[in-house]
Amino acid sequence: MSKTGTDSPAKKGKWTRRAFIGAGVVAGSALVVGVAVRQGNPIDRLSPLLTDGEDEQLLNAWVKVDADNIVTAVIPHVEMGQGVYTALAQMLADEMDADWNKVEILEAPADMQYVSDSIARDFLAPDLEVPALFEPTVAGGILELAQAMGLQFTGGSYSVRATGQRAMRTAGAAAREMLVAAAASEWQVPAGEITTADSMIIHAGSGRSEPFSKFAVAAAEQSLPAKPTLKSPEDYKIMGQPKARHDIPEKVDGRAVFGIDADVPGMKYAAVKAAPVIGATVESIDATTAKTMPGVLQILNMGDFVAVVADGYWQAQQALNSITAQYSKTEADDLDLDAIFARYASALDEAGEDGGDMETKEGDVAKSFAGAATRVEAEYKVPFLAHATMEPMNCTAWVRDGKCDVWSGHQAPVNARQAAADAAGLPFEDVTYHNAYLGGGFGRRSESDAIIMATRIAKATGYPVKMIWSREEDTAQDHYRPSATSRFRGGLDKDGKLVSWDNIHTHLFDPKDAPTVPYYNIASHKIRKVDVPMHLRFGPWRSVDHSQHGFFIESFVDELAHAAGKDGHAFRRELLAGSPRHLKVLDTVAKMAGWGTPLPEKHGRGIAFVPSFGSIVAQVAEVDMSGAKPKVTKVYVAADPGFVVNPDGFTAQMESGIAYGLTAALYGEITLKDGKVQQSNFHDYPMLRINEMPAIEVALINGDHKHLGGGGEPGLPPIAPAVTNAIFAATGKRIRELPLSKHNFA
Amino acid sequence: MITLKVNGQPREVDADPATPILWVVRENLKMPGTKFGCGIAQCGACTVHLDGKPVRSCSTPISAAAGKSITTIEGIAGDDGTLHKVQQAWIEAQVPQCGYCQSGQIMAATALLEQNPNPTDAQIDAAMAGNVCRCGMYNRIRQAIKAAAGQPAAKETVA
Repeated sequence: MSKTGTDSPAKKGKWTRRAFIGAGVVAGSALVVGVAVRQGNPIDRLSPLLTDGEDEQLLNAWVKVDADNIVTAVIPHVEMGQGVYTALAQMLADEMDADWNKVEILEAPADMQYVSDSIARDFLAPDLEVPALFEPTVAGGILELAQAMGLQFTGGSYSVRATGQRAMRTAGAAAREMLVAAAASEWQVPAGEITTADSMIIHAGSGRSEPFSKFAVAAAEQSLPAKPTLKSPEDYKIMGQPKARHDIPEKVDGRAVFGIDADVPGMKYAAVKAAPVIGATVESIDATTAKTMPGVLQILNMGDFVAVVADGYWQAQQALNSITAQYSKTEADDLDLDAIFARYASALDEAGEDGGDMETKEGDVAKSFAGAATRVEAEYKVPFLAHATMEPMNCTAWVRDGKCDVWSGHQAPVNARQAAADAAGLPFEDVTYHNAYLGGGFGRRSESDAIIMATRIAKATGYPVKMIWSREEDTAQDHYRPSATSRFRGGLDKDGKLVSWDNIHTHLFDPKDAPTVPYYNIASHKIRKVDVPMHLRFGPWRSVDHSQHGFFIESFVDELAHAAGKDGHAFRRELLAGSPRHLKVLDTVAKMAGWGTPLPEKHGRGIAFVPSFGSIVAQVAEVDMSGAKPKVTKVYVAADPGFVVNPDGFTAQMESGIAYGLTAALYGEITLKDGKVQQSNFHDYPMLRINEMPAIEVALINGDHKHLGGGGEPGLPPIAPAVTNAIFAATGKRIRELPLSKHNFA
Repeated sequence: MITLKVNGQPREVDADPATPILWVVRENLKMPGTKFGCGIAQCGACTVHLDGKPVRSCSTPISAAAGKSITTIEGIAGDDGTLHKVQQAWIEAQVPQCGYCQSGQIMAATALLEQNPNPTDAQIDAAMAGNVCRCGMYNRIRQAIKAAAGQPAAKETVA
């Protein structure tokens, strides 16, 4: 095993990106934050977790090579359908010159050494801070600051652009250099004469060639290279290829194990119902009938929820349904949705011209607005949204003998482990967290509420319990995408040029740049927010604040274009003048869509442009308004994420983001009455179906090989405004409030 | 005891006759490939075949399956392990993302092709609209069904 941890360059002083990369291979997250130096090399400690026997060698914490010359990529992120296992393995394998057909994938254990230091680093740079998105996922107070900052988190469309770029590629390159160094030493030839390809080490001069595995042991004794050389794009062999996803074969024959599929000997099943008004407590229950029902083992009033434990889940749920409960009064008991939007309006009114929190400001907005030739004002609203992952929240837990095991599918396994430890009253070290596939994440599975509930139930029973939420519970007890109101005032000069932009909106969660439009040339602008307290729990929802602000901004830009007498594409071209990368995306989608060509009667085309999570995405939607409700027939997408590691995977993410965003635009709305969420299941919280899915064409642009953008989220924000702008084009009706199901188009 | 045939094998289970097939298959028979999504036949994640017809197993009591044949996702590959042509088409089109709904999607698609080997788009819509895919892979599902039916692929993507 390598013993180079103590002389790793990152400990020598000032952080540099390259030094960090080198250190990241050996030293985990601590060096990243610079407050708690983690001594030593983690490889010795991690080896038993990742290797099966003596014929396997761990080259570094992200890759191992076994005796059969199989290269295993250790992926410090979770798979929830975004294809991260495959994309990250491509990045590692390419740099390593591994044979793609002999690459296997292993998800990293929920261990602090695998926290996404690359994510933390991005937010700990001098001009950045930890975003609100991650704050609620950092559980417990036990971990030190450095550990709390280290997030083994999958979200923010970050895996490829952060972990992939900084950790996986470097790990692959470092492993390759170590293998080459070991071969050079044994063959007594200069390392520079050795080449690698398809998991083989080759010295052409002497005609020797051996598999990686031959030198795996010797390579592990080599010093870790401080600055492994990464490939140039023209040398990529595996990156940029549409490799088939590794996780798909087991997802077509029932083998894939999701959290809900955990199978623990002796396990019982729990159904739960939380107080319908979030924040209320369960004061009393009447379980007279439930006690007599078959299979029922325990009925638990947990204070904030009721649990029934039974031999089978269905028995538990049937018994739970028979229980009546009394709940405490809360301040939210009289609250309904109209009152919430009225609060938003009051808060915005109160902020007036200069109140609220300033987010960005340039120039004299009052002056530019007063002097504008044309003034446009508009207010937009979006509703609360649930995530509705196909797999309802669930968790299996077993607390006994001072130990705790937890099984679930979570976007932040280390945080899940910490949450279970807190709930069980045990140290982090005594909890084992077993992560499975996620049956949809979308941000919902970054929260640990289900983990905590299951652990509390298991602590009360002493035997293993699988807790499953009903769909009704999953809908009514979500951490919702916040509703929001946004008001704009814009000014155009006599040539129809945008000169003034004034926006104030409720709520800001994450990312902080979501309400801003730095890519548009607007001489004077001012963007503010007001906070309005709410009893509902908020959580990240695919694309987070871009899901709201994408609609707000791109709707208002369209209104301005109309007021300027220009079409949406031409108007945005003016706003993007001087930004060739942005213009290329915009022009590509316009060309694909045949922008400006005639459409049939009652059909319309709408365009929207939203850079988010480092990727630039433009969409054109075509709608058919001849029926009683809008039919989105086609969506064209142009996307520039810098460089596309897996084109088919990225395309699938664009399709998926459109479907998720279109579902919300058409139907998504969580309403409240008497403080309670009114929706319960797919009949009253409807989903897009196959017959409503538009055809989609995607063009991918590799515009900047160095700075990669994400894929999981950026496809979503443009779809709602592209559709509503298309509806305007077809009908003249401007949609300022979502979802579309609220509007009458007959 | 209820006597069933599951994936061709005779099985006996000790369960309340009102228990939905879903929970008997998952918990009593330890075959977790069939998924729980909504519990009220609104999403299709739990789709299995009962005597060859697709049913929502979350809302069909096990008593309805007595003496009948249940087929689950674990039972559609050939005896030698060769995947069903629908499963192969699913891999070819890279359909699943999170994968949770896919057992139900595949069971609905295999039932469709059993009944109608060459479905039109409208027939695919009618047969598959009860199956929700939250990852939105509907275009790939359509493409895979057409491929399994031997129809030419429509161009979905330009690079």
